[in-house]
Amino acid sequence: MKTTRFHWGLLLLVGGLCLSTTGYAALQPTDTPATIGKESARKAPSTADHTKFKELQRSFKDGPAVTEACLQCHTEAAKQVHSTKHWTWEYLNPATTQKLGKKNVINNFCTSVSSNQTFCSACHVGYGWSDDSFDFSKESSVDCLVCHDTTGKYKKIPGLSGHPNYDRIELPPLSGKFREATDLQAIARNVGKTSRETCGTCHFYGGGGDAVKHGDLDSSLKTPKRYLDVHMDADGLNFSCGECHLSDAHQVAGSRYAPTASDKDGILMRGKDHGRNPATCQSCHGSTPHPAQHAKLNDHTDKVACQTCHIPEYARGAPSTKMTWDWSTAGRLDENGKRLQIMNSAGMVAYDSKKGDFTYDRYVIPEYVWFNGNIKYTLFGDKVDGSEMVKINEFMGGPDDPDSLIWPVKVFRGKQPYDVEHQTLAVFHTADKGDKDEAAFWSNYDWEKALEAGMATTGVPYSGKHDFVATEMSWPITHMVAPKGDALSCEQCHKENGRLKDVKGIYMPGANNTPLLDTLGFGIALLTLIGVLIHGGIRVYSARKEG
Amino acid sequence: MERIYIFKRFERFWHWSQALLIIFMMATGFEIHGSYRIFGFEDAVSYHTTAAWLLIGLWVFAIFWHFTTGEWKQYIPTMEKVDAMMKYYITGIFTHAPHPFRQTTLRKHNPLQRLAYLFVLLLINPLIWISGWLYLFYNDWAMVGLENLPLQWVAYAHVAGAFMMLIFFIAHVYLATAGHTATSHIKAMVTGWEEVD
Repeated sequence: MKTTRFHWGLLLLVGGLCLSTTGYAALQPTDTPATIGKESARKAPSTADHTKFKELQRSFKDGPAVTEACLQCHTEAAKQVHSTKHWTWEYLNPATTQKLGKKNVINNFCTSVSSNQTFCSACHVGYGWSDDSFDFSKESSVDCLVCHDTTGKYKKIPGLSGHPNYDRIELPPLSGKFREATDLQAIARNVGKTSRETCGTCHFYGGGGDAVKHGDLDSSLKTPKRYLDVHMDADGLNFSCGECHLSDAHQVAGSRYAPTASDKDGILMRGKDHGRNPATCQSCHGSTPHPAQHAKLNDHTDKVACQTCHIPEYARGAPSTKMTWDWSTAGRLDENGKRLQIMNSAGMVAYDSKKGDFTYDRYVIPEYVWFNGNIKYTLFGDKVDGSEMVKINEFMGGPDDPDSLIWPVKVFRGKQPYDVEHQTLAVFHTADKGDKDEAAFWSNYDWEKALEAGMATTGVPYSGKHDFVATEMSWPITHMVAPKGDALSCEQCHKENGRLKDVKGIYMPGANNTPLLDTLGFGIALLTLIGVLIHGGIRVYSARKEG
Repeated sequence: MERIYIFKRFERFWHWSQALLIIFMMATGFEIHGSYRIFGFEDAVSYHTTAAWLLIGLWVFAIFWHFTTGEWKQYIPTMEKVDAMMKYYITGIFTHAPHPFRQTTLRKHNPLQRLAYLFVLLLINPLIWISGWLYLFYNDWAMVGLENLPLQWVAYAHVAGAFMMLIFFIAHVYLATAGHTATSHIKAMVTGWEEVD
């Protein structure tokens, strides 16, 4: 490893002894982030003006019709999308052999996609996924617009199986508010590169609303200020998501299912990717990014993820993120048998008959865990103990694992149904599919019907007896990177009961973690002091007596 | 009463600048350890590191001086008159008994001092210095095959060394008053001239 240390005290030594300084020369980067930033802040010029394409000079009856037009030129695009997680919602984790992806995982928000595709596929890059009969090989079912719209007017509506509304509709139903029909012609002629806004249409609203799920991804990142995210700063570097999540043939780098927790291979040079994930801090900044006068900080990078210091808090934009969700109280109705919504003092929903109790928070200090990039999920059919808190996902790693770093996480806590007899998590049918969908919990508030209908689509047996179990789910915090001046100060960890107090297996100077040695050391020092004071006292006394 | 020239100019400069640096390093060091707060952790680390490099620089000169002047021989241990010194500190000092050791320029330290300083030189200093260097060059441990060394071992050694230094410091400051008069040793360390019987 190349050392970049320099101390001015060393100058004295060097001056005195004329030692060679070659090994200690400060390495200064020639490209500062500021000069790189101005380049990327410019709008990328395109060689194609889609408003002039004759294929798009027509009207479109629906989304698939637009896709067919796209595919006339972009002949391979749909095939590429078909092989992505954005399309399959499936991912086989080679490290754990667990089958993951949105289709297979359980969470402690709305708990499961299974049986709820009509609703959930509003965030699928496709059209028409309403149940297991969906044809994943059909090219025109790919939704190009959800990622490539530049107008901000394209919106897939939950309940329409991944389609936007082609007619004027009342939204939400019976609200008296109306949404105009989607202008596919205008949208199709204004496609372009993906942006924070297009990625954000799903990723900012995960869990059922703005900021709900991740904590480090919400609508405040559409046009963030510098304090919120130093890279995405709209007036500065103005990174799009794709700047880090570099994509190739529609494969977007950097997945939460198999994150790169520790990247020790230095800066990622063009042509030398060797299959590395470009969506890491280190792929641009390397493992010793701090300048010579802060060289001690580079001593931390073997144990501490960049995010731990550089994302001091999450949910630092306007919206609060959801912190807890208790499904066990859902279904309570008012005296007229109608749905209840109780607001908290901030005007946010604290109780909803459809969903139960929530709490929210802003400027949240993360929790910290050892993490090596492997996550073990509790999946359909996995045994759980109803008397104990269930980890829906468990971040693997530890102090003795060289691939582990200390990471900041949002831990989302809740209560959700489980099958008392089979001791498995139980998922349920939430959203009304229309056509007298009696089983949907949001229609009838009947847990048994909803659970039966939900579990029937998973292939896991359900006993008919449910209760609620406490669950925890962790989310890595990696966005909302603060400017360096706002990074954690040393003392936020290096003190008694500092931020990393619950992280096992580290020695933390300043945390008062050598009580025995301290008692012994200060004890002997004190005895020595008392001893010399007594000795001195006798000397003074005997001198006076003689004198 | 006689005055002899014991401590040369460089030696006095070395002693007092080292004293200041060590006091400052104890102050910043125990703050870094978490015992109290004065400068704040980050500044304490920065000051501690700078003082360490200054002390290293000073030591390079001091080692050079000791070897070129032959003054290193002042630290060769001897058991001769150790018992007399002990007896003097336990009883004689209270009854104005004559000091059992007579300083000369060739033997400026009494036998207990020789042992104490040798203990500092051979045990406390190496403990603090080696562990301190390891702390400073944490990122480069792998280059010398120490990548599996637990940081807490280094930390324990450094803290233990610091406590020994603190205890030495207390005893040393007190015994500085135990010369021919209460201030004769201290005057000698300032002016170079010691009063002897």
